[in-house]
Amino acid sequence: MAQFDLRLQDLHNGLKDKQFSVSELTEASFKRISETDSAVQAFLTLNEEGARAQAAELDKQLQAGGERGLLFGLPSGVKDNIVTEGLRTTCASQFLRNYDPIYDATVVRKLKAAQSVTIGKLNMDEFAMGGSNENSSFFATRNPWNTEYVPGGSSGGSAASVAAGQVYFSLGSDTGGSIRQPASYCGIVGLKPTYGLVSRFGLVAFASSLDQIGPLTKNVEDSAYVLQAIAGYDQMDSTSANVEIPDYTSALTGDVKGLRIGVPKEYMGQGVDPQVKEAVLAALQVYESLGATWEEVSMPHTEYAVATYYLLASSEASSNLARFDGVRYGVRAENPDNLIDLYRKSRSEGFGSEVKRRIMLGTYALSSGYYDAYYKKAQQVRTLIKRDFDQAFEKYDILIGPTAPTTAFRIGEQVGDPLTMYLNDILTIPVSLAGVPAVSIPCGLAEGMPVGLQIIGKPFDESTVLRAAHAFEQNTDHHKARPQL
Amino acid sequence: MSITTNDVQHVANLARLALTDEEKETFTGQLNAILKYAEKLNELNTDGVEPTSHVLPLANVMRADEVRQSLPIEAVLRNAPDEEDGQIKVPAVLE
Amino acid sequence: MSTQYETVIGLEVHVELHTNSKIFCGCSTEFGAPPNTHTCPICLGHPGVLPVLNRQALEYAMKASMALNCTVADVSKFDRKNYFYPDSPKAYQISQYDQPVGEHGWIDIEVNGETKRIGITRLHLEEDAGKLTHVDGGYASLVDFNRVGTPLIEIVSEPDIRTPEEAKAYLEKIRAIMQYCDVSDVKMEEGSMRCDANISIRPYGQEKFGTRAELKNMNSFRGVQRGLEYEQWRQAEVLNSGGEVVQETRRWDEAQGKTLSMRGKEEAHDYRYFPDPDLVRVVIDSEWKERVRASIPELPDARKARYIAEYELPSYDAEVLTSSMKMANFFEESLNYTKDAKAVSNWIMGDLLGYMNANNLEFGDIKLTAQGLGEMIGLLESNTINSKIAKTVFKSMLETGKLPKQIVEEQGLVQISDEGAIKSICEEIVAANPQSVADYKAGKEKAIGFLVGQVMKASKGKANPALANKLLVEVLSSL
Repeated sequence: MAQFDLRLQDLHNGLKDKQFSVSELTEASFKRISETDSAVQAFLTLNEEGARAQAAELDKQLQAGGERGLLFGLPSGVKDNIVTEGLRTTCASQFLRNYDPIYDATVVRKLKAAQSVTIGKLNMDEFAMGGSNENSSFFATRNPWNTEYVPGGSSGGSAASVAAGQVYFSLGSDTGGSIRQPASYCGIVGLKPTYGLVSRFGLVAFASSLDQIGPLTKNVEDSAYVLQAIAGYDQMDSTSANVEIPDYTSALTGDVKGLRIGVPKEYMGQGVDPQVKEAVLAALQVYESLGATWEEVSMPHTEYAVATYYLLASSEASSNLARFDGVRYGVRAENPDNLIDLYRKSRSEGFGSEVKRRIMLGTYALSSGYYDAYYKKAQQVRTLIKRDFDQAFEKYDILIGPTAPTTAFRIGEQVGDPLTMYLNDILTIPVSLAGVPAVSIPCGLAEGMPVGLQIIGKPFDESTVLRAAHAFEQNTDHHKARPQL
Repeated sequence: MSITTNDVQHVANLARLALTDEEKETFTGQLNAILKYAEKLNELNTDGVEPTSHVLPLANVMRADEVRQSLPIEAVLRNAPDEEDGQIKVPAVLE
Repeated sequence: MSTQYETVIGLEVHVELHTNSKIFCGCSTEFGAPPNTHTCPICLGHPGVLPVLNRQALEYAMKASMALNCTVADVSKFDRKNYFYPDSPKAYQISQYDQPVGEHGWIDIEVNGETKRIGITRLHLEEDAGKLTHVDGGYASLVDFNRVGTPLIEIVSEPDIRTPEEAKAYLEKIRAIMQYCDVSDVKMEEGSMRCDANISIRPYGQEKFGTRAELKNMNSFRGVQRGLEYEQWRQAEVLNSGGEVVQETRRWDEAQGKTLSMRGKEEAHDYRYFPDPDLVRVVIDSEWKERVRASIPELPDARKARYIAEYELPSYDAEVLTSSMKMANFFEESLNYTKDAKAVSNWIMGDLLGYMNANNLEFGDIKLTAQGLGEMIGLLESNTINSKIAKTVFKSMLETGKLPKQIVEEQGLVQISDEGAIKSICEEIVAANPQSVADYKAGKEKAIGFLVGQVMKASKGKANPALANKLLVEVLSSL
């Protein structure tokens, strides 16, 4: 399917010039899914009827001429923790296996306004808790590069479906690395915007102070297009920032001359796979050759980020997930003895073990007598971590490091050892805690599996992050590598 | 600080989770490991450091006092596991 | 109540703010809609929804804080109070923990002619819960989420209250102040004002507080007083019989007239408060505070003082008249039609309140107008009517809302002050009652009363009573 290697802009033009129709693109997407998804298992729910109706409607508009949305006719997938009215939304949890949303998330409204065709809902770790997709309560998504390997998580389905050419782009959510790490594992581009740039209204909350929605795409330019469509102030989200949204594609000049790059030495230290380190150093040489400068910088509080994150995110999650009580929607246990029994049984039957573990951790951290020692302490350390970034950005335009310490691991390899699994996120978590934007882009392969380069920017400076990513992409071929399925 | 299976039971009650004995054992071990790891934070002196609840310095985000359309009752009840007379039905609070 | 113990009471009063829309979503707060028709994904706590603060709710809370002499915070924030209950859709209530809108306030109450100051610890803003109706013989409940998200303020008093009467006076004062500020309907019957109490007793002279009980479900002013009276008696009984008061939540049962333990129904609470990450802080600068302060009208205490100074009313009258803003306004409007403030006060506090209480009416429900009352008092002053006719006119005004002149004309109620006319009635009465005349002549002065009564009756109450008396004496002495 040659079209799958086209840029969004080319597709846009192809549609305009009537080389192909929206319906054709949509059918091609479903065909690709039917060919590959038994191996990849990226989709939880397909929107066949809805997508076909939407495509037919858009084709009519195309015939009539007139204005076309930014993402006109482009088949996309949406992570299953973003609510879609009338289209089942499960968060990959048994608790919500039959949940039929009664409203659309703001980003879904924006996708509709931009006229993208929603192909379906993508698999994930249950309630976005996990980094391998093995915590989906339905089935584990596979890495298209090697189906014995995890695609990463929690937006594993979002990354795998783009890497497998099933959809042109997808939306994921990132709380501690859930867009960037699977993008890295699957060899695609995953952007976590600045906290507050994209509305969270309709994103099923995991950790409210960290969650952000962002695009997963095959190249940086596409990422800029999708970001353009979904970014912006939303009066339904009090934590949404009322900032002016620049034209992201016009920032993609290819020019990084004079760009000052900081490389946190803690991101290149112990635990980082030598091949990953090598790929990152090679990328830095590319930047140097393009006229940018780089040097090491210290981010001294990096080693405290994982502990901080797990305390804060789990605490918020314990409260956010309390609404899943079996009263108004979702699974209700059969024949409860009484109300408390209904709560306990419904929740215990509905939640998987990682979700329970984090609810337990968070409940404990917030409970009487421990709040100061755990929750408040973690909030204070978060301040220190944020200061590391503030200080680094006084000197540098962007920071660069690996997205993850290793490439994707084998399915089942880390199950049963939550702490080790948590440490996979050691390079993405500090960024989430600081709320700053970062993108993961492909920067090579290690033993056949993709390596991701993480580019981190100042708050609301997605333009510079994308410009740097784009310049690298223009001067390398890593993003052109495709898995064989 | 080390937590016991009794602590785990207490927390499970607060969180309205019914845990099997096996889960209680597993969680006790895992939570202890995670909390022990979290004690790392005590290496840092955070006296006088402001806690961060929000990374953005936002304040005074408010809406005008205007009534918006509510949902039709069909949508309200669409996902209800049990309902009666337009209301959600639940077992009574334990008497 | 045994006299060896002193009662210590602190009250937690919840007041629903009468905004148009809910505190965190746009659903209507209107009372009495069919179940669940004022709900949306946000107040139903569906996955993914977020709250946005209603500015009016915050400003009402600021206004109420100021009216209760609280310091309004420069920075306030919202926290989550976590607990599971079917009427709480998110399984947490958005409330305020350590940075409430208002703190350190007070109000003055008057009990038995003495003024007492009651401290207010704090006033915070939060969202209301839904309503449960029990069905299936108590084995199941139905949940109506219409009330979820109605803005509430919780006003927490210091443990400064010493008697159930003081508690009632405190509540009535809070109600009046909220009414004056126009932030709430404050109707206990409709639940727009609710009250929980902490009550303990201790031997007189002891500094340390006794073990307290938390009292719930007191749904009227009378209920609060009765519940507290019962509870202080119960605690004294426990202590006197050598027992110990248990710290617990108790429910006032109006029908049984006693408080019942709720033990076993509530496990130990651990609300796990933490700052709500979905809401940002509120920064209130002095300009904003001043703008809100300027919207507060003259409050009950100030009005009371003015009534005493300006109208020379007794303190008690001024207290009663100002206890409701509508009553105070009615009083003042009446004074546009008469100068006799004390007379207006007497009519309001006597006949009018008696009528309203008997018929369970409020100002706003009644047909009588302030102009009507004022003019009627004017007619009395000018001797156009006598007090007996006034009662008739008053009753007619309550029934029809007509002005007194019209009633007087329609019913021919003008007082007869024509000496000739009255004298001829007197002569008739004297002629018709020889026995009474004889008694009078025999020195039984009291017999004159009967005769005057007969004259009034014959004139259908319209004779000027003083004139009737005078002319009767003349007629009798001329015999």
